[in-house]
Amino acid sequence: MFKYLKQLTSLVAVFAVLLTFSTETMAAKKSKTLKNTQKTGFVRCGVSQGLPGFSNADAAGNWTGVDVDVCRAVAAAVLGDANKVKFTPLSAKERFTALTSGEIDILSRNTTWTLSRDADIGLTFVGVNFYDGQGFMVRKSSGITSTSQFKNGISACTNIGTTTELNMRDFFNSRGISYEPVAFEKADEVVAAYDSGRCDTYTTDKSGLAAQRTKMSNPDEHIVLPETISKEPLGPVVRQGDAVWEDIVRWSLNTMIEAEEYGITSANADMMKTSENPQIKRLVGSEGELGAAFGLDNEWSLRIIKQVGNYGESYKRNIADTGILPDRGPNELWTKGGILYVPPAR
Amino acid sequence: MNFKLKDILPQLITVVAVVLVFGFFANNASINMENRGIAFGFGFLSQAASFDVQFSLIEYDGSHSYFRAYLVGLLNTLLVSVIGIIFATILGVIIGVARLSPNYLINQFAAFYVEFFRNIPLLLQIFFWYFAALRALPLPQNAEPIFGNIYMTIKGLYVPTFIWENFNIFFYSVIAAIIAIIVIRIHAKKVQETQGKQIPVFIISIGLIIILPLLSFLIGGVSATLETPKLIQLAQTSFKFEGGISLPPELIALTLALSLYTATFIAECVRAGIQGVGKGQKEAAASIGLTPNQVLKLVIMPQALRIIIPPTTNQYLNLTKNSSLAAAIAYPDLVLVFAGTALMQTGKAIEIVFITMFTYLTLSITISLFMNWYNKKIAIQEK
Repeated sequence: MFKYLKQLTSLVAVFAVLLTFSTETMAAKKSKTLKNTQKTGFVRCGVSQGLPGFSNADAAGNWTGVDVDVCRAVAAAVLGDANKVKFTPLSAKERFTALTSGEIDILSRNTTWTLSRDADIGLTFVGVNFYDGQGFMVRKSSGITSTSQFKNGISACTNIGTTTELNMRDFFNSRGISYEPVAFEKADEVVAAYDSGRCDTYTTDKSGLAAQRTKMSNPDEHIVLPETISKEPLGPVVRQGDAVWEDIVRWSLNTMIEAEEYGITSANADMMKTSENPQIKRLVGSEGELGAAFGLDNEWSLRIIKQVGNYGESYKRNIADTGILPDRGPNELWTKGGILYVPPAR
Repeated sequence: MNFKLKDILPQLITVVAVVLVFGFFANNASINMENRGIAFGFGFLSQAASFDVQFSLIEYDGSHSYFRAYLVGLLNTLLVSVIGIIFATILGVIIGVARLSPNYLINQFAAFYVEFFRNIPLLLQIFFWYFAALRALPLPQNAEPIFGNIYMTIKGLYVPTFIWENFNIFFYSVIAAIIAIIVIRIHAKKVQETQGKQIPVFIISIGLIIILPLLSFLIGGVSATLETPKLIQLAQTSFKFEGGISLPPELIALTLALSLYTATFIAECVRAGIQGVGKGQKEAAASIGLTPNQVLKLVIMPQALRIIIPPTTNQYLNLTKNSSLAAAIAYPDLVLVFAGTALMQTGKAIEIVFITMFTYLTLSITISLFMNWYNKKIAIQEK
């Protein structure tokens, strides 16, 4: 027996190492961002500098909005409390560098999902939480009721470095209209320039137009023209390379949408634990082991629904009830005529 | 060479340390960028920019490359810097000399101007001119013409321009006049130094600069018609002016703010220079019968310029770099167009910031090289 002691000990050592590695991969998925978030105790979320309905801070510093709710959902899933989020207001210039440099972990800032942003700068879009399109706003007194009435020499205010700037050029070029682009960095400056008469029209995503109109000196004086000149799917963004964190954020958003599909709200989520529908039971965590796929416990989706609500509740309290966009348009479930269709959580 | 190892060893170590530090940061950046899937490279400069710019001195639209957009931004920065430097210098010299005037009112007015415009931060001054002063201008349809044809509106300053026929002949006549003036000045100086005769160069110069271009009009077939700005209607309540030259309010606000601000510093440099010339010089010059103007021009200023020019070079560099504040008011300068819009659209932050920094460095070095050469050239040869 002692002749083979050396071989035996080495064999035991190899088995021990294999065992520890295998249990580790089974229990905790490798995600640096998830580990850091659990260590610091809050989710670092990048938001806008104040866009009502999407991410806006009130006078006391409380953030509300549909983009804010996405980050809160991730916090509820990962840390157990939807309030454990640190919000960093970012301008359009800093938003991507803040994410790639590691200053924030989720960028939820009404950012349009485009090919170059997805593929070229080391980021990944993980879903769409608002389907939007670009539009134009003019003064009622100008008498313009459609973009076909735009004449040569029109001056258009917008933000720099956004898809808006590029789409505006494509739009005016395709119609052969010469225009004067006046582009500022901050949304407030754009609104002020348009409001004062420096520009004839203000262009950005239609949801942005509706939101900024509430901030103008005389909101009723302005109308949003009916034409939509581009697709603007707005959604949360994370860094490339952390697959587990991507999945967590993606499926947190999907949970909110799918919960509305099955009629689960923050009020009845607990009651739904005893539902007959197995998909509902999976969504509230009373059946299945879905949490383990991310390295979370099984109540992750229940916490999201209870603390933040489903997609419809979030939309209603942030965008519909505040009067910004009462009509959900394409942002309605596919079963109700909209285009919100997410993969099933199973 | 006669050196000991212990003398150069500290220098060697420092150089190695600096190289190591830079190498570490560069390596760190490249590793992290690779991990995040971000590619480092300048290839994006040949891609189409896809965005338009409000004001450009060269042909540009979104179908041109990012490199051309960079040129547009650079030219706009140069435009603001050159105009700003010219205005600031003129205003600064006037205020500086006024500050030393024996007239109490002029003296105090110059002092008040300097103290007021020097102590308010430049960004606030730019904001004031753009958001407060120029925003208060009337809409194009309500604008009253100044001097009959010039309109100051919230959308810009509209000035009539000339439409030329045979502009090149007029251009050559002006060049010919300038060359003739320079030749006459050199000749007059030589005559004065050898024979003591004074030729009235100033009057001859004025005559030349008026007569030669006039001749080009009369016999050269040059003609110029005035194109005045006309109001056109875009919609029921929005109008704009077309025709003539239009200067966007962003450019006006930036140039105004930069000139007024930098003029205060140049005024103080000028005052320091003039006061730095010994009092005895002024008294001696007066005692040989020179008028106060001649004293200033012939005796004081040449000596004062040696003291004035180096700090004024500083102010020119400051003005050039301060023009980057244009990003706050939508004037499409280098920072807004390249390190703003292009950076946001391509995401290539490191490359773009490098290029921008390098550009400003080159601009500043060029200006200071030129000013140093000028300083040496007009330096008094002390015998």
